[in-house]
Amino acid sequence: MNLPLSIFLMLVSLLYLRPGFSDTNIVDNPDRIIRLATTTSTDNSGLLSYLLPAFEKKTGYRVHVIAVGTGKALRMGRDGDADVLLVHAPAAEIEFIKTGYGDERYPVMYNDFILVGPASNPANIKAGPVISDALQQIADNNSTFISRGDNSGTHKKELSLWQAKKIQPAGKWYREVGQGMGKVLQMAAELNAYTLTDRGTWLAYQEKSPLKILNEGDPQLYNPYHIIALNPQRFPDINYRGASTLISWITSTAGQSLIAEFRLNNTLLFKPSANVRQLAKQTSEH
Amino acid sequence: MDDSTSIMLDAIRLLLSGDAELWAIIAVSFQVSSAAILISIPPALAIAFILAYADFPGRRLLISIFNTLLAVPAVVIGLTFYLLLSHQGPFGDWKLLFTQSAMVLGQAALSFPILVAMGHAAFQAIDKRAWETARTLGASPTLALYTVMREARFGLLAALFAAYGRIIAEVGASMMLGGNILHYTRNIPTAIALETSKGEFSQGIALGLVLITLAFTLNTSLQYFQGKGHITN
Repeated sequence: MNLPLSIFLMLVSLLYLRPGFSDTNIVDNPDRIIRLATTTSTDNSGLLSYLLPAFEKKTGYRVHVIAVGTGKALRMGRDGDADVLLVHAPAAEIEFIKTGYGDERYPVMYNDFILVGPASNPANIKAGPVISDALQQIADNNSTFISRGDNSGTHKKELSLWQAKKIQPAGKWYREVGQGMGKVLQMAAELNAYTLTDRGTWLAYQEKSPLKILNEGDPQLYNPYHIIALNPQRFPDINYRGASTLISWITSTAGQSLIAEFRLNNTLLFKPSANVRQLAKQTSEH
Repeated sequence: MDDSTSIMLDAIRLLLSGDAELWAIIAVSFQVSSAAILISIPPALAIAFILAYADFPGRRLLISIFNTLLAVPAVVIGLTFYLLLSHQGPFGDWKLLFTQSAMVLGQAALSFPILVAMGHAAFQAIDKRAWETARTLGASPTLALYTVMREARFGLLAALFAAYGRIIAEVGASMMLGGNILHYTRNIPTAIALETSKGEFSQGIALGLVLITLAFTLNTSLQYFQGKGHITN
């Protein structure tokens, strides 16, 4: 027992002594850590790993990104398990602030949702800019449609679109899978199914996917992202100062121009949307 | 999509090229799981020893409980600790959710019943007289315990490696409690889950290879340290 155990202990201590370890693992000072709960679309597309190092370098904060669906992110916010949220579900965000969990929301960027499906297009969807017609055709045709089913921003948007057309999405053709966007795109490809996706994730997957964009451009498909700090009155021990610093930075010219320059496969992913009025407001606050 | 051979080659290339991100993930896995197992070994083996050598009411019930705990899914452990450690939970003030410490706790809890159940089986297989003889010959309890553990080393090491194998390959609890934060709580299994969902299969396979290599190394060393692995007199 002794010999293997001591070898084991030695290996473990070696791991801790590994050069650079302390560098990747700043846990000592929680004031320097910002917990950002966000959607899979901002993380999977690579935006955050492109954006945040610049912020960390400038301010000395460290951002811990927890990428979940918008529903889960808001839930973490209600439980006080994050400091700041970057999400895309306007109705739920307003509710979140109105019920006293969130501080204030600031627009950060936007892109849009698109309907993708198999190239064979079994429901014969027209490329026109009316999303509700396309969904009606899918339902009428009983063509397989994959729903996120995870309460994410995309899922909420999809549900509101069915509702607007008074379609009850149910039946064998409608499959709720409860997975992230990337996984859903993969499943849709495997099952020759339609799905609604944000453009950011689609651009990241496009190359590997046999699916095609079948409907885009409807104003209903506008997809804005907001950043919200938790309400410091309700959650006094969150890192509100860090959250505010991140918000100021991401809505500042520096943050916004980085977002505007972010490309994936040579395509712009997000358009910055923090407008001048909000900028002025924030500078006066801090 | 790439064919599987090129995914495999990509994976090996990634590993050999010393991709910093990949190795950081591997380091997190080992740190967390090693800390977890080191925490649970002493109490777990103590309980295993008591269950095997002491006689007290409720002993059989305790054994049944630990055997049942073997079947508890990692996600249930994850959810339980999530609720405990969440800001809203009873231990929210500790601010442990989405840290490595939370992962260590979850994994320690996962490894605990394995160590107890398998440790108990190992101790039980040793003749009670080993303990008594050592004591009669004047050995202190510590020394006697050491003697018994030496006798039971085959089974105890098997328990250790089974427990380590379970927690280092476990995704549910780590994902929930750690939050899969890059450079901090992203370990091999949660990274594989993420890379797969992103369609980055090479990275996933590379990490899978690390786990398989680890399993092989553990088993080889197990055989070496356990002795010849057949019954001797």
